[in-house]
Amino acid sequence: MLQNILASAVSDGLIYSFVAIGVFLTFRVLAFPDLTVDGSFVTGGSIAAIIIANGGNPFLATIAAFAGGLACGSATGVLNTKLRISALLSGILMMVALYSINLRIMSGANIPLLRDITIFESIAHFFGTTKDITLVIGVLAVSALIFFIVLNWFLRTEIGLALRASGDNEQMVRSLGSDTDKNTIIGCAISNGLVAFSGALVAQNNGFCDVNMGAGMIVMGLAMVIIGEALFRPRGVASMLLSAIGGAFIYRLFITIALRLGLAPGDLKLITAVLVVLALAIPYIRKKVRHEWVPPAVKF
Amino acid sequence: MLQLTNTRKVFARGTVDEVTALDGINLDVYPDNFVTIIGSNGAGKSTLLNIIAGVFPPEVGGKVIINGDDITKLSEYKHAAYVSRVWQEPSVGTAGKLTIEENLSLALSRGMSRGVRASLNKQRRELFHSALVPLRLGLEDRLSTPVGTLSGGQRQALALVMATISKPAVLLLDEHIATLDPRTAQTVLDLSDMVVRQERMITLMVTHNMEIALHHGNRLVMMHKGKIIVDIGQQDKQALTVSDLVTAFERAAGEQLTDESILLSQR
Repeated sequence: MLQNILASAVSDGLIYSFVAIGVFLTFRVLAFPDLTVDGSFVTGGSIAAIIIANGGNPFLATIAAFAGGLACGSATGVLNTKLRISALLSGILMMVALYSINLRIMSGANIPLLRDITIFESIAHFFGTTKDITLVIGVLAVSALIFFIVLNWFLRTEIGLALRASGDNEQMVRSLGSDTDKNTIIGCAISNGLVAFSGALVAQNNGFCDVNMGAGMIVMGLAMVIIGEALFRPRGVASMLLSAIGGAFIYRLFITIALRLGLAPGDLKLITAVLVVLALAIPYIRKKVRHEWVPPAVKF
Repeated sequence: MLQLTNTRKVFARGTVDEVTALDGINLDVYPDNFVTIIGSNGAGKSTLLNIIAGVFPPEVGGKVIINGDDITKLSEYKHAAYVSRVWQEPSVGTAGKLTIEENLSLALSRGMSRGVRASLNKQRRELFHSALVPLRLGLEDRLSTPVGTLSGGQRQALALVMATISKPAVLLLDEHIATLDPRTAQTVLDLSDMVVRQERMITLMVTHNMEIALHHGNRLVMMHKGKIIVDIGQQDKQALTVSDLVTAFERAAGEQLTDESILLSQR
Protein backbone atom coordinates (compact mmCIF):
# COMPACT_ATOMS: atom_id res chain seq x y z
CA MET A 1 0.00 0.00 0.00
CA LEU A 2 2.60 2.55 1.15
CA GLN A 3 4.90 1.32 -1.59
CA ASN A 4 2.13 1.86 -4.14
CA ILE A 5 1.51 5.39 -2.92
CA LEU A 6 5.21 6.24 -3.04
CA ALA A 7 5.75 4.69 -6.46
CA SER A 8 2.83 6.54 -7.97
CA ALA A 9 3.89 9.83 -6.32
CA VAL A 10 7.42 9.38 -7.67
CA SER A 11 6.30 8.62 -11.21
CA ASP A 12 3.67 11.40 -11.25
CA GLY A 13 6.10 13.78 -9.56
CA LEU A 14 8.76 13.08 -12.17
CA ILE A 15 6.39 13.29 -15.13
CA TYR A 16 5.10 16.71 -13.97
CA SER A 17 8.51 17.92 -12.76
CA PHE A 18 9.12 19.24 -16.28
CA VAL A 19 6.07 21.48 -15.84
CA ALA A 20 7.45 22.57 -12.46
CA ILE A 21 10.83 23.46 -13.97
CA GLY A 22 9.12 25.24 -16.87
CA VAL A 23 6.94 27.31 -14.55
CA PHE A 24 9.96 27.99 -12.35
CA LEU A 25 11.84 29.35 -15.40
CA THR A 26 9.13 31.84 -16.32
CA PHE A 27 7.68 32.83 -12.93
CA ARG A 28 10.86 32.85 -10.89
CA VAL A 29 13.79 33.26 -13.26
CA LEU A 30 12.22 35.62 -15.80
CA ALA A 31 9.55 37.10 -13.49
CA PHE A 32 7.19 36.51 -16.42
CA PRO A 33 3.81 35.04 -15.31
CA ASP A 34 3.29 32.85 -18.36
CA LEU A 35 -0.14 31.21 -18.67
CA THR A 36 0.65 29.64 -22.06
CA VAL A 37 1.31 26.44 -20.11
CA ASP A 38 -2.32 25.26 -20.07
CA GLY A 39 -2.27 25.25 -23.88
CA SER A 40 1.31 24.18 -24.60
CA PHE A 41 0.97 21.13 -22.33
CA VAL A 42 -1.78 19.82 -24.60
CA THR A 43 0.12 20.91 -27.72
CA GLY A 44 2.97 18.65 -26.63
CA GLY A 45 0.56 15.81 -25.95
CA SER A 46 -1.30 16.19 -29.21
CA ILE A 47 1.81 16.45 -31.39
CA ALA A 48 3.22 13.29 -29.81
CA ALA A 49 -0.16 11.52 -29.99
CA ILE A 50 -0.87 12.27 -33.64
CA ILE A 51 2.61 11.12 -34.71
CA ILE A 52 2.48 7.95 -32.62
CA ALA A 53 -1.10 7.12 -33.66
CA ASN A 54 0.06 7.29 -37.28
CA GLY A 55 2.82 4.80 -36.59
CA GLY A 56 5.63 7.32 -36.12
CA ASN A 57 8.71 6.83 -33.96
CA PRO A 58 7.80 7.69 -30.33
CA PHE A 59 11.23 9.28 -29.69
CA LEU A 60 10.87 11.58 -32.68
CA ALA A 61 7.28 12.27 -31.59
CA THR A 62 8.47 13.35 -28.14
CA ILE A 63 11.20 15.54 -29.59
CA ALA A 64 8.67 17.07 -32.01
CA ALA A 65 6.42 17.80 -29.01
CA PHE A 66 9.31 19.61 -27.29
CA ALA A 67 9.91 21.63 -30.46
CA GLY A 68 6.21 22.49 -30.62
CA GLY A 69 6.43 23.80 -27.06
CA LEU A 70 9.45 25.92 -28.01
CA ALA A 71 7.34 27.48 -30.77
CA CYS A 72 4.40 28.18 -28.39
CA GLY A 73 6.70 29.88 -25.87
CA SER A 74 8.47 31.93 -28.54
CA ALA A 75 5.10 33.18 -29.76
CA THR A 76 4.14 34.30 -26.24
CA GLY A 77 7.53 35.99 -25.85
CA VAL A 78 7.12 37.80 -29.16
CA LEU A 79 3.62 39.02 -28.22
CA ASN A 80 5.04 40.50 -25.02
CA THR A 81 8.35 41.96 -26.23
CA LYS A 82 7.67 42.96 -29.83
CA LEU A 83 3.99 43.92 -29.59
CA ARG A 84 4.14 45.12 -25.97
CA ILE A 85 1.15 43.07 -24.81
CA SER A 86 1.37 42.46 -21.07
CA ALA A 87 2.90 39.16 -20.00
CA LEU A 88 -0.33 37.87 -18.45
CA LEU A 89 -2.44 38.74 -21.47
CA SER A 90 0.14 37.33 -23.92
CA GLY A 91 -0.07 34.01 -22.12
CA ILE A 92 -3.87 34.03 -21.98
CA LEU A 93 -4.11 34.86 -25.69
CA MET A 94 -1.75 32.02 -26.56
CA MET A 95 -3.61 29.63 -24.26
CA VAL A 96 -6.90 30.39 -26.03
CA ALA A 97 -5.36 30.24 -29.49
CA LEU A 98 -3.69 26.94 -28.69
CA TYR A 99 -7.03 25.36 -27.77
CA SER A 100 -8.11 25.67 -31.40
CA ILE A 101 -4.69 24.70 -32.68
CA ASN A 102 -4.63 21.58 -30.50
CA LEU A 103 -8.05 20.51 -31.86
CA ARG A 104 -6.64 20.98 -35.38
CA ILE A 105 -3.48 18.99 -34.60
CA MET A 106 -5.53 16.05 -33.31
CA SER A 107 -8.40 16.57 -35.83
CA GLY A 108 -10.68 16.06 -32.84
CA ALA A 109 -10.94 16.33 -29.10
CA ASN A 110 -8.83 13.29 -28.22
CA ILE A 111 -6.61 10.54 -29.54
CA PRO A 112 -6.35 7.11 -27.87
CA LEU A 113 -2.90 5.50 -27.86
CA LEU A 114 -3.77 2.23 -26.19
CA ARG A 115 -2.64 -0.03 -29.02
CA ASP A 116 0.27 2.08 -30.19
CA ILE A 117 3.96 1.82 -29.37
CA THR A 118 4.78 4.71 -27.00
CA ILE A 119 8.22 5.74 -25.78
CA PHE A 120 7.75 3.57 -22.68
CA GLU A 121 6.83 0.44 -24.65
CA SER A 122 9.64 1.08 -27.07
CA ILE A 123 12.22 1.27 -24.24
CA ALA A 124 10.64 -1.72 -22.45
CA HIS A 125 10.92 -3.69 -25.67
CA PHE A 126 14.61 -2.72 -25.98
CA PHE A 127 15.33 -4.09 -22.49
CA GLY A 128 13.19 -7.17 -23.15
CA THR A 129 10.56 -6.40 -20.51
CA THR A 130 7.07 -4.91 -20.50
CA LYS A 131 5.90 -1.47 -19.40
CA ASP A 132 5.51 -1.35 -15.62
CA ILE A 133 5.87 1.32 -12.93
CA THR A 134 9.59 0.61 -12.40
CA LEU A 135 10.32 1.08 -16.07
CA VAL A 136 8.24 4.28 -16.23
CA ILE A 137 10.07 5.71 -13.21
CA GLY A 138 13.40 4.73 -14.75
CA VAL A 139 12.65 6.45 -18.06
CA LEU A 140 11.33 9.57 -16.34
CA ALA A 141 14.24 9.75 -13.91
CA VAL A 142 16.76 9.61 -16.74
CA SER A 143 14.90 12.33 -18.70
CA ALA A 144 14.68 14.53 -15.60
CA LEU A 145 18.39 14.03 -14.94
CA ILE A 146 19.26 14.99 -18.51
CA PHE A 147 17.17 18.18 -18.35
CA PHE A 148 18.59 19.00 -14.92
CA ILE A 149 22.17 18.69 -16.17
CA VAL A 150 21.52 20.70 -19.33
CA LEU A 151 19.64 23.50 -17.56
CA ASN A 152 22.11 23.64 -14.68
CA TRP A 153 24.83 24.17 -17.26
CA PHE A 154 22.82 26.55 -19.45
CA LEU A 155 21.76 28.90 -16.63
CA ARG A 156 25.42 29.38 -15.70
CA THR A 157 26.56 30.30 -19.20
CA GLU A 158 26.86 33.94 -20.24
CA ILE A 159 23.52 33.86 -22.00
CA GLY A 160 21.88 31.95 -19.13
CA LEU A 161 23.20 34.48 -16.62
CA ALA A 162 21.80 37.34 -18.75
CA LEU A 163 18.47 35.50 -18.79
CA ARG A 164 18.43 35.20 -14.99
CA ALA A 165 19.38 38.85 -14.63
CA SER A 166 16.56 39.89 -17.02
CA GLY A 167 14.03 38.69 -14.46
CA ASP A 168 15.75 40.69 -11.74
CA ASN A 169 16.71 44.02 -13.28
CA GLU A 170 15.79 44.44 -16.93
CA GLN A 171 17.01 48.03 -17.17
CA MET A 172 20.46 47.04 -15.96
CA VAL A 173 20.68 44.07 -18.32
CA ARG A 174 19.90 46.31 -21.31
CA SER A 175 22.44 48.86 -20.17
CA LEU A 176 25.06 46.11 -20.02
CA GLY A 177 24.42 45.23 -23.65
CA SER A 178 22.14 42.21 -23.52
CA ASP A 179 18.95 42.14 -25.60
CA THR A 180 16.27 41.63 -22.93
CA ASP A 181 13.60 40.96 -25.59
CA LYS A 182 15.66 38.05 -26.87
CA ASN A 183 16.23 36.78 -23.33
CA THR A 184 12.50 36.79 -22.59
CA ILE A 185 11.70 34.94 -25.81
CA ILE A 186 14.40 32.31 -25.18
CA GLY A 187 13.23 31.82 -21.59
CA CYS A 188 9.55 31.43 -22.53
CA ALA A 189 10.51 29.05 -25.34
CA ILE A 190 12.54 26.73 -23.09
CA SER A 191 9.84 26.84 -20.41
CA ASN A 192 7.05 25.81 -22.78
CA GLY A 193 9.31 23.27 -24.46
CA LEU A 194 9.62 21.53 -21.08
CA VAL A 195 5.87 21.79 -20.48
CA ALA A 196 5.09 20.31 -23.89
CA PHE A 197 7.63 17.55 -23.25
CA SER A 198 5.75 16.75 -20.05
CA GLY A 199 2.45 16.74 -21.97
CA ALA A 200 3.91 14.30 -24.50
CA LEU A 201 5.01 11.93 -21.72
CA VAL A 202 1.69 12.19 -19.87
CA ALA A 203 -0.25 11.37 -23.06
CA GLN A 204 1.98 8.36 -23.72
CA ASN A 205 1.83 7.16 -20.12
CA ASN A 206 -1.94 7.49 -19.86
CA GLY A 207 -2.57 6.04 -23.29
CA PHE A 208 -4.53 8.99 -24.64
CA CYS A 209 -4.38 12.71 -25.29
CA ASP A 210 -7.36 14.93 -24.56
CA VAL A 211 -7.79 18.58 -25.50
CA ASN A 212 -8.76 19.44 -21.91
CA MET A 213 -5.89 17.72 -20.12
CA GLY A 214 -4.00 21.01 -19.70
CA ALA A 215 -6.71 22.76 -17.69
CA GLY A 216 -5.24 24.16 -14.47
CA MET A 217 -1.71 23.10 -15.39
CA ILE A 218 -0.30 26.54 -14.61
CA VAL A 219 -1.74 26.51 -11.10
CA MET A 220 -0.42 23.01 -10.53
CA GLY A 221 3.03 24.05 -11.76
CA LEU A 222 2.98 27.06 -9.48
CA ALA A 223 1.92 24.93 -6.51
CA MET A 224 4.86 22.59 -7.13
CA VAL A 225 7.33 25.48 -7.38
CA ILE A 226 5.99 27.14 -4.23
CA ILE A 227 6.01 23.91 -2.23
CA GLY A 228 9.58 23.24 -3.34
CA GLU A 229 10.67 26.72 -2.30
CA ALA A 230 8.93 26.55 1.06
CA LEU A 231 10.40 23.15 1.94
CA PHE A 232 13.90 23.35 0.52
CA ARG A 233 14.65 27.12 0.65
CA PRO A 234 16.94 26.89 -2.37
CA ARG A 235 19.91 29.16 -3.07
CA GLY A 236 21.75 28.95 -6.33
CA VAL A 237 20.84 27.47 -9.70
CA ALA A 238 21.22 23.76 -8.99
CA SER A 239 19.29 23.78 -5.74
CA MET A 240 16.48 25.84 -7.28
CA LEU A 241 16.07 23.32 -10.10
CA LEU A 242 16.17 20.44 -7.62
CA SER A 243 13.65 22.10 -5.35
CA ALA A 244 11.22 22.45 -8.28
CA ILE A 245 11.58 18.71 -8.90
CA GLY A 246 11.26 18.00 -5.18
CA GLY A 247 8.19 20.25 -4.99
CA ALA A 248 6.60 18.28 -7.83
CA PHE A 249 7.14 15.04 -5.91
CA ILE A 250 5.75 16.38 -2.62
CA TYR A 251 2.74 17.87 -4.40
CA ARG A 252 1.94 14.58 -6.10
CA LEU A 253 2.44 12.76 -2.80
CA PHE A 254 -0.18 15.06 -1.25
CA ILE A 255 -2.56 14.42 -4.12
CA THR A 256 -2.06 10.67 -4.14
CA ILE A 257 -2.73 10.45 -0.40
CA ALA A 258 -5.77 12.73 -0.69
CA LEU A 259 -7.19 10.50 -3.42
CA ARG A 260 -6.56 7.35 -1.39
CA LEU A 261 -8.37 8.94 1.53
CA GLY A 262 -11.43 9.08 -0.68
CA LEU A 263 -11.35 12.62 -2.04
CA ALA A 264 -13.14 13.09 -5.38
CA PRO A 265 -10.65 13.69 -8.24
CA GLY A 266 -12.83 16.64 -9.28
CA ASP A 267 -11.91 18.49 -6.06
CA LEU A 268 -8.17 18.40 -6.74
CA LYS A 269 -8.06 21.65 -8.70
CA LEU A 270 -9.86 23.50 -5.93
CA ILE A 271 -7.42 22.17 -3.36
CA THR A 272 -4.47 23.12 -5.56
CA ALA A 273 -5.86 26.62 -6.07
CA VAL A 274 -6.40 27.08 -2.32
CA LEU A 275 -2.84 25.88 -1.71
CA VAL A 276 -1.44 28.51 -4.07
CA VAL A 277 -3.68 31.24 -2.63
CA LEU A 278 -2.42 30.43 0.87
CA ALA A 279 1.20 30.37 -0.22
CA LEU A 280 0.86 33.74 -1.93
CA ALA A 281 -1.25 35.38 0.78
CA ILE A 282 0.65 34.30 3.89
CA PRO A 283 3.69 36.57 3.35
CA TYR A 284 1.33 39.52 2.76
CA ILE A 285 -0.79 38.79 5.84
CA ARG A 286 2.34 38.33 7.94
CA LYS A 287 3.55 41.79 6.88
CA LYS A 288 0.12 43.30 7.53
CA VAL A 289 0.10 41.90 11.07
CA ARG A 290 3.54 43.38 11.71
CA HIS A 291 2.39 46.74 10.30
CA GLU A 292 5.08 46.62 7.63
CA TRP A 293 4.75 48.48 4.37
CA VAL A 294 3.19 46.42 1.59
CA PRO A 295 3.10 47.43 -2.07
CA PRO A 296 -0.31 48.19 -3.63
CA ALA A 297 -2.09 45.42 -5.51
CA VAL A 298 -0.77 44.79 -9.00
CA LYS A 299 -3.42 45.04 -11.72
CA PHE A 300 -1.36 43.56 -14.52
CA MET B 1 35.64 61.38 -28.77
CA LEU B 2 31.93 61.96 -28.15
CA GLN B 3 30.13 64.30 -30.52
CA LEU B 4 26.56 65.49 -30.20
CA THR B 5 25.29 67.50 -33.13
CA ASN B 6 22.03 69.39 -33.30
CA THR B 7 20.52 67.18 -30.60
CA ARG B 8 16.89 68.08 -29.96
CA LYS B 9 14.22 66.28 -27.97
CA VAL B 10 10.56 67.22 -27.69
CA PHE B 11 8.22 65.34 -25.36
CA ALA B 12 4.42 65.11 -25.70
CA ARG B 13 4.57 66.81 -29.07
CA GLY B 14 1.29 68.36 -30.20
CA THR B 15 -0.30 68.36 -26.75
CA VAL B 16 -0.68 71.14 -24.19
CA ASP B 17 2.13 69.48 -22.23
CA GLU B 18 4.63 69.83 -25.08
CA VAL B 19 8.13 70.33 -23.67
CA THR B 20 11.35 70.96 -25.53
CA ALA B 21 13.70 69.07 -23.24
CA LEU B 22 16.77 69.55 -25.43
CA ASP B 23 16.99 72.51 -27.77
CA GLY B 24 19.72 71.85 -30.33
CA ILE B 25 22.71 70.75 -28.27
CA ASN B 26 26.10 70.74 -29.95
CA LEU B 27 28.83 69.29 -27.77
CA ASP B 28 32.25 67.83 -28.50
CA VAL B 29 33.77 65.89 -25.63
CA TYR B 30 37.43 64.98 -26.08
CA PRO B 31 39.34 62.01 -24.71
CA ASP B 32 40.42 62.67 -21.10
CA ASN B 33 37.51 65.07 -20.62
CA PHE B 34 35.77 64.64 -17.27
CA VAL B 35 32.76 66.92 -17.68
CA THR B 36 30.58 67.90 -14.76
CA ILE B 37 27.09 68.89 -15.87
CA ILE B 38 25.00 71.16 -13.71
CA GLY B 39 21.58 72.69 -14.13
CA SER B 40 18.26 73.15 -12.43
CA ASN B 41 15.37 70.72 -12.63
CA GLY B 42 14.10 70.42 -16.18
CA ALA B 43 17.32 71.79 -17.69
CA GLY B 44 17.66 68.68 -19.86
CA LYS B 45 20.54 66.92 -18.08
CA SER B 46 18.82 63.57 -17.79
CA THR B 47 17.41 63.77 -21.32
CA LEU B 48 20.95 64.38 -22.56
CA LEU B 49 22.27 61.29 -20.78
CA ASN B 50 19.29 59.21 -21.92
CA ILE B 51 20.01 60.10 -25.54
CA ILE B 52 23.71 59.25 -25.19
CA ALA B 53 22.76 55.94 -23.51
CA GLY B 54 20.21 55.20 -26.24
CA VAL B 55 17.13 55.04 -24.00
CA PHE B 56 15.40 57.06 -26.71
CA PRO B 57 16.69 58.65 -29.93
CA PRO B 58 16.96 62.41 -30.52
CA GLU B 59 14.64 64.20 -32.97
CA VAL B 60 15.42 63.65 -36.65
CA GLY B 61 18.58 65.52 -37.65
CA GLY B 62 20.39 65.05 -34.35
CA LYS B 63 23.43 62.83 -34.18
CA VAL B 64 25.36 60.98 -31.49
CA ILE B 65 28.83 59.92 -32.63
CA ILE B 66 31.36 58.09 -30.47
CA ASN B 67 34.89 57.57 -31.80
CA GLY B 68 33.59 58.02 -35.33
CA ASP B 69 30.70 55.54 -35.05
CA ASP B 70 27.22 57.00 -35.53
CA ILE B 71 25.20 55.31 -32.78
CA THR B 72 22.15 57.60 -32.99
CA LYS B 73 19.75 54.94 -34.21
CA LEU B 74 21.13 51.88 -32.41
CA SER B 75 18.85 50.29 -29.82
CA GLU B 76 19.64 50.77 -26.15
CA TYR B 77 21.38 47.46 -25.58
CA LYS B 78 23.73 48.12 -28.49
CA HIS B 79 24.75 51.45 -26.99
CA ALA B 80 26.23 49.47 -24.12
CA ALA B 81 29.32 48.71 -26.18
CA TYR B 82 30.09 52.44 -26.22
CA VAL B 83 28.47 53.85 -23.11
CA SER B 84 28.17 52.77 -19.50
CA ARG B 85 26.11 54.41 -16.82
CA VAL B 86 25.77 54.64 -13.05
CA TRP B 87 22.30 55.69 -11.92
CA GLN B 88 21.06 57.69 -8.98
CA GLU B 89 19.51 54.60 -7.37
CA PRO B 90 22.02 51.84 -6.53
CA SER B 91 19.25 49.29 -7.17
CA VAL B 92 19.04 50.28 -10.85
CA GLY B 93 22.68 49.63 -11.65
CA THR B 94 22.99 46.25 -9.95
CA ALA B 95 20.91 43.06 -9.82
CA GLY B 96 20.02 42.37 -6.18
CA LYS B 97 19.17 38.69 -6.50
CA LEU B 98 22.47 37.84 -8.18
CA THR B 99 25.84 37.63 -6.47
CA ILE B 100 28.65 40.18 -6.74
CA GLU B 101 30.59 37.94 -9.12
CA GLU B 102 27.51 37.31 -11.29
CA ASN B 103 26.88 41.05 -11.54
CA LEU B 104 30.50 41.63 -12.53
CA SER B 105 30.37 38.81 -15.05
CA LEU B 106 27.36 40.41 -16.73
CA ALA B 107 29.27 43.68 -16.88
CA LEU B 108 32.39 42.02 -18.24
CA SER B 109 30.41 40.71 -21.25
CA ARG B 110 29.43 44.26 -22.22
CA GLY B 111 29.83 44.83 -25.94
CA MET B 112 30.58 41.17 -26.65
CA SER B 113 28.15 38.60 -27.99
CA ARG B 114 27.02 36.43 -25.12
CA GLY B 115 27.40 32.75 -25.85
CA VAL B 116 27.39 29.44 -24.03
CA ARG B 117 30.76 29.96 -22.39
CA ALA B 118 30.74 29.60 -18.61
CA SER B 119 29.88 32.95 -17.04
CA LEU B 120 32.25 32.33 -14.13
CA ASN B 121 35.63 30.65 -13.90
CA LYS B 122 38.84 30.94 -11.91
CA GLN B 123 40.40 33.47 -14.24
CA ARG B 124 37.34 35.75 -14.11
CA ARG B 125 37.12 35.51 -10.32
CA GLU B 126 40.73 36.62 -10.05
CA LEU B 127 39.99 39.54 -12.34
CA PHE B 128 36.96 40.53 -10.23
CA HIS B 129 38.99 40.20 -7.06
CA SER B 130 41.66 42.59 -8.31
CA ALA B 131 39.03 45.00 -9.67
CA LEU B 132 37.36 45.27 -6.26
CA VAL B 133 40.48 45.62 -4.10
CA PRO B 134 40.99 49.36 -4.86
CA LEU B 135 37.51 50.10 -3.42
CA ARG B 136 38.79 49.11 0.05
CA LEU B 137 35.33 47.90 1.00
CA GLY B 138 36.25 44.25 1.40
CA LEU B 139 33.90 43.27 -1.43
CA GLU B 140 36.71 41.24 -3.05
CA ASP B 141 36.34 38.60 -0.31
CA ARG B 142 32.56 38.39 -0.69
CA LEU B 143 32.27 37.53 -4.39
CA SER B 144 29.46 35.01 -3.85
CA THR B 145 27.37 37.33 -1.65
CA PRO B 146 23.98 38.36 -3.10
CA VAL B 147 24.12 42.05 -4.01
CA GLY B 148 20.75 42.67 -2.33
CA THR B 149 22.43 42.28 1.06
CA LEU B 150 24.93 45.10 0.45
CA SER B 151 24.46 48.70 1.62
CA GLY B 152 23.56 51.46 -0.84
CA GLY B 153 27.10 52.81 -0.87
CA GLN B 154 28.60 49.36 -1.46
CA ARG B 155 26.15 48.72 -4.28
CA GLN B 156 26.96 52.06 -5.87
CA ALA B 157 30.69 51.34 -5.64
CA LEU B 158 30.04 47.98 -7.28
CA ALA B 159 27.96 49.70 -9.99
CA LEU B 160 30.94 51.96 -10.63
CA VAL B 161 33.25 48.97 -11.12
CA MET B 162 30.61 47.33 -13.35
CA ALA B 163 30.48 50.46 -15.49
CA THR B 164 34.23 50.52 -16.01
CA ILE B 165 35.41 46.89 -15.97
CA SER B 166 35.05 46.41 -19.72
CA LYS B 167 36.12 49.99 -20.52
CA PRO B 168 33.55 51.39 -22.94
CA ALA B 169 34.49 54.78 -24.41
CA VAL B 170 32.06 56.88 -22.38
CA LEU B 171 31.08 56.79 -18.70
CA LEU B 172 27.86 58.51 -17.57
CA LEU B 173 27.44 59.32 -13.88
CA ASP B 174 23.81 60.30 -13.44
CA GLU B 175 23.59 62.04 -10.03
CA HIS B 176 25.10 58.83 -8.76
CA ILE B 177 25.75 60.08 -5.24
CA ALA B 178 22.46 61.93 -4.73
CA THR B 179 20.74 59.26 -2.65
CA LEU B 180 23.74 58.37 -0.47
CA ASP B 181 24.43 59.77 3.00
CA PRO B 182 27.12 62.51 2.99
CA ARG B 183 29.99 60.31 4.11
CA THR B 184 29.23 57.47 1.72
CA ALA B 185 28.65 60.03 -1.02
CA GLN B 186 32.16 61.41 -0.48
CA THR B 187 33.64 57.90 -0.60
CA VAL B 188 31.84 57.05 -3.85
CA LEU B 189 32.81 60.42 -5.30
CA ASP B 190 36.49 59.83 -4.46
CA LEU B 191 36.24 56.37 -6.00
CA SER B 192 34.74 57.91 -9.13
CA ASP B 193 37.64 60.34 -9.40
CA MET B 194 40.10 57.51 -8.99
CA VAL B 195 38.39 55.23 -11.51
CA VAL B 196 38.09 57.99 -14.12
CA ARG B 197 41.76 58.86 -13.71
CA GLN B 198 42.80 55.21 -14.00
CA GLU B 199 40.60 54.12 -16.88
CA ARG B 200 40.86 57.39 -18.82
CA MET B 201 37.28 57.17 -20.07
CA ILE B 202 35.34 60.15 -21.40
CA THR B 203 33.16 60.96 -18.39
CA LEU B 204 30.00 63.02 -18.01
CA MET B 205 28.86 63.54 -14.42
CA VAL B 206 25.50 65.11 -13.73
CA THR B 207 25.18 66.75 -10.34
CA HIS B 208 22.91 69.15 -8.50
CA ASN B 209 25.71 70.40 -6.31
CA MET B 210 27.78 73.38 -7.51
CA GLU B 211 30.67 72.67 -5.16
CA ILE B 212 31.00 69.16 -6.51
CA ALA B 213 30.71 70.42 -10.09
CA LEU B 214 33.55 72.88 -9.43
CA HIS B 215 35.91 70.59 -7.57
CA HIS B 216 35.64 67.50 -9.69
CA GLY B 217 36.36 66.86 -13.34
CA ASN B 218 38.23 69.13 -15.73
CA ARG B 219 35.41 70.80 -17.63
CA LEU B 220 32.12 72.25 -16.49
CA VAL B 221 28.91 72.52 -18.49
CA MET B 222 25.82 74.33 -17.23
CA MET B 223 22.47 73.65 -18.85
CA HIS B 224 19.31 75.69 -18.80
CA LYS B 225 16.00 75.05 -20.59
CA GLY B 226 17.51 72.49 -22.94
CA LYS B 227 20.53 74.57 -23.90
CA ILE B 228 24.16 74.69 -22.84
CA ILE B 229 24.67 78.17 -21.38
CA VAL B 230 28.09 77.80 -19.77
CA ASP B 231 31.00 75.63 -20.94
CA ILE B 232 34.23 76.15 -19.02
CA GLY B 233 37.56 74.34 -19.41
CA GLN B 234 39.99 73.26 -16.72
CA GLN B 235 42.02 76.49 -16.48
CA ASP B 236 39.08 78.84 -15.96
CA LYS B 237 37.32 76.32 -13.77
CA GLN B 238 40.07 76.23 -11.15
CA ALA B 239 39.71 79.93 -10.41
CA LEU B 240 35.93 79.76 -10.24
CA THR B 241 33.75 80.02 -7.13
CA VAL B 242 30.10 79.20 -6.61
CA SER B 243 29.13 82.87 -6.72
CA ASP B 244 31.01 83.26 -10.03
CA LEU B 245 28.96 80.36 -11.28
CA VAL B 246 25.71 81.97 -10.16
CA THR B 247 26.73 85.22 -11.88
CA ALA B 248 27.66 83.34 -15.03
CA PHE B 249 24.30 81.63 -14.96
CA GLU B 250 22.39 84.87 -14.53
CA ARG B 251 24.29 86.56 -17.33
CA ALA B 252 23.85 83.65 -19.73
CA ALA B 253 20.25 82.82 -18.90
CA GLY B 254 19.21 86.47 -18.51
CA GLU B 255 17.28 85.72 -15.35
CA GLN B 256 17.71 85.34 -11.61
CA LEU B 257 18.78 81.97 -10.33
CA THR B 258 15.96 80.87 -8.08
CA ASP B 259 15.99 77.13 -8.29
CA GLU B 260 16.02 76.07 -4.68
CA SER B 261 17.80 72.81 -5.20
CA ILE B 262 20.81 74.59 -6.66
CA LEU B 263 20.91 77.34 -4.04
CA LEU B 264 20.50 74.87 -1.24
CA SER B 265 23.40 72.79 -2.39
CA GLN B 266 25.85 75.71 -2.33
CA ARG B 267 26.52 75.02 1.37
